[in-house]
Amino acid sequence: MNRPSATSTELQAEGIRTAIWDEEAEPDNPFVAVRSYCRGYDVFGELLGAVSSSDYLYLLLRGELPDPAASTALQILAVALANPGPRDPSVHAAMAAGVGGSTAASMLMAALAVGAGSQGGAREVFDAMASLQSNAPPPRPTDIWPEPAATPGFSDQARQCPLPVRQTLARLTALLPEGRTADLHARREALEAERGAPLALTGVVAAALTDLGFSAEEGEMLYLLLRLPGAAAHALEQKRQGFRHFPFFSQIVEDDPDARTNPDHADNLVANPGEAQP
Amino acid sequence: MTSPEQLAAHHGPLRSRVGGAFPGRRAVFRGHDLHRDLKDLSWLNLYLFGITGRRFNDDELRLLDAIWTYTSYPDTRLWNNRVAALAGSTRSSGALGIAAALAVSEASIYGGQIIIAIADFLTRAKARCDAGETLANLVAAHMHSHRGMPGYGRPVRRMDEDERNGPLLTLAAKAGLADGPHLQLARDIETILVAGRWRMRMNYAALTAALSLDLGLSPRDHYLYMLPVFLAGMPPCYLDALDRPAGATLPLSCEQIHYTGPPRRRLNEQ
Repeated sequence: MNRPSATSTELQAEGIRTAIWDEEAEPDNPFVAVRSYCRGYDVFGELLGAVSSSDYLYLLLRGELPDPAASTALQILAVALANPGPRDPSVHAAMAAGVGGSTAASMLMAALAVGAGSQGGAREVFDAMASLQSNAPPPRPTDIWPEPAATPGFSDQARQCPLPVRQTLARLTALLPEGRTADLHARREALEAERGAPLALTGVVAAALTDLGFSAEEGEMLYLLLRLPGAAAHALEQKRQGFRHFPFFSQIVEDDPDARTNPDHADNLVANPGEAQP
Repeated sequence: MTSPEQLAAHHGPLRSRVGGAFPGRRAVFRGHDLHRDLKDLSWLNLYLFGITGRRFNDDELRLLDAIWTYTSYPDTRLWNNRVAALAGSTRSSGALGIAAALAVSEASIYGGQIIIAIADFLTRAKARCDAGETLANLVAAHMHSHRGMPGYGRPVRRMDEDERNGPLLTLAAKAGLADGPHLQLARDIETILVAGRWRMRMNYAALTAALSLDLGLSPRDHYLYMLPVFLAGMPPCYLDALDRPAGATLPLSCEQIHYTGPPRRRLNEQ
């Protein structure tokens, strides 16, 4: 086949500019790396076995390895966020994908999509971090996020700040004694009164990630990443158990044409659990 | 978030006003029997009915269909299409590649975020102009606060005519759908931007938003209607990649990584 081949200049122009990653090619194969460097460190020659996965995550995003307190703080966040539990909408979404036998990637995509939202999801963490990092966030027109949280980082779903949120905050405050996390810990009740809602885990995460030097965009991304393990585990569990053990839920179709024209059909309004299973 | 009392009120059977399936018997779609009342609707008409609760006439559907057609570009280099193609290159599934490409289309310099932003601006600007404000002032204020106007200019060539606009305007005019107030507003904004120091022309996002709003769609209706707007270009890119050897779509060599970070270092050098 007669194909024009790219010149070296064209390839240079069509490269990826990055401060994160560098590679040395095999001497006889430009498409395989013999060494890979992350922020200057030899990944496979030196970092393997020497740094934790959370340290490596910090290095990738922040450009330097964390100090011991930051390293532990990130590990605490990773554990606190790893599994929101099966009642959480993002995990529920992953389970709905798993129970139907969908692909592994779609299970995680479902968790990411649902866990991205501005109410309890990664966008709320973004909004909370943006408010912490700039005192006057710009007014938002109608955009792709339908209903931003009125007080990001605080949630009136709870009547008082839940124990897991307070436990996470206390652990992180011990490691991050200066800054937003400590301030949240010291003034939690006053801030809750000011916002009219109890502190939520998103607020603790936003404060801690701000203290660790992450931008709102990096915080949003970390929140998405760190919540995936639970989604994966629950999705696979439901896949193994099968749809008969997974709720389909009853439904009332309020605007049913048959019920409008024939009241005898009113009993059709409530579908039995599992009735509509495809 | 939502209070415990509100959650408790919604605990139990899901109450739906949009429909449901009664397997073996029927399906309800927004208050209509899908297989009896809506069976003759085109997919596009049903899609729009699902969003708006309205049905559209043939001329309106032709316009809304053309809006999708005229921007279906099977160009693998485009960022969203590239995702579909790379999925083909790694032999991932079609649904994964195309679903991801659709999600990627919700971008901030093109696609979904622009689509809803310009529809929102046109809606607000029309209301404020109707109330007596001056469009030039609204445009200047927006340009000052946002350093740009969604739907005007293009990332690469801001003063070029958008090649999609002419054919779409021709079709809209033939259907008698090019005389609405939002389209006039969009044109007036272009006049202001071209005459001013900003030098930006109306692109497809502004034109399509104006046409949709003139058909009675809200900004969010328009955003949802536009979700598949780039879809038709994606499967060809996926298939094209399947036709190449695995991994051979846009392969990158090590020398194409242009590293700008810190020099080589070791852990004990801290």
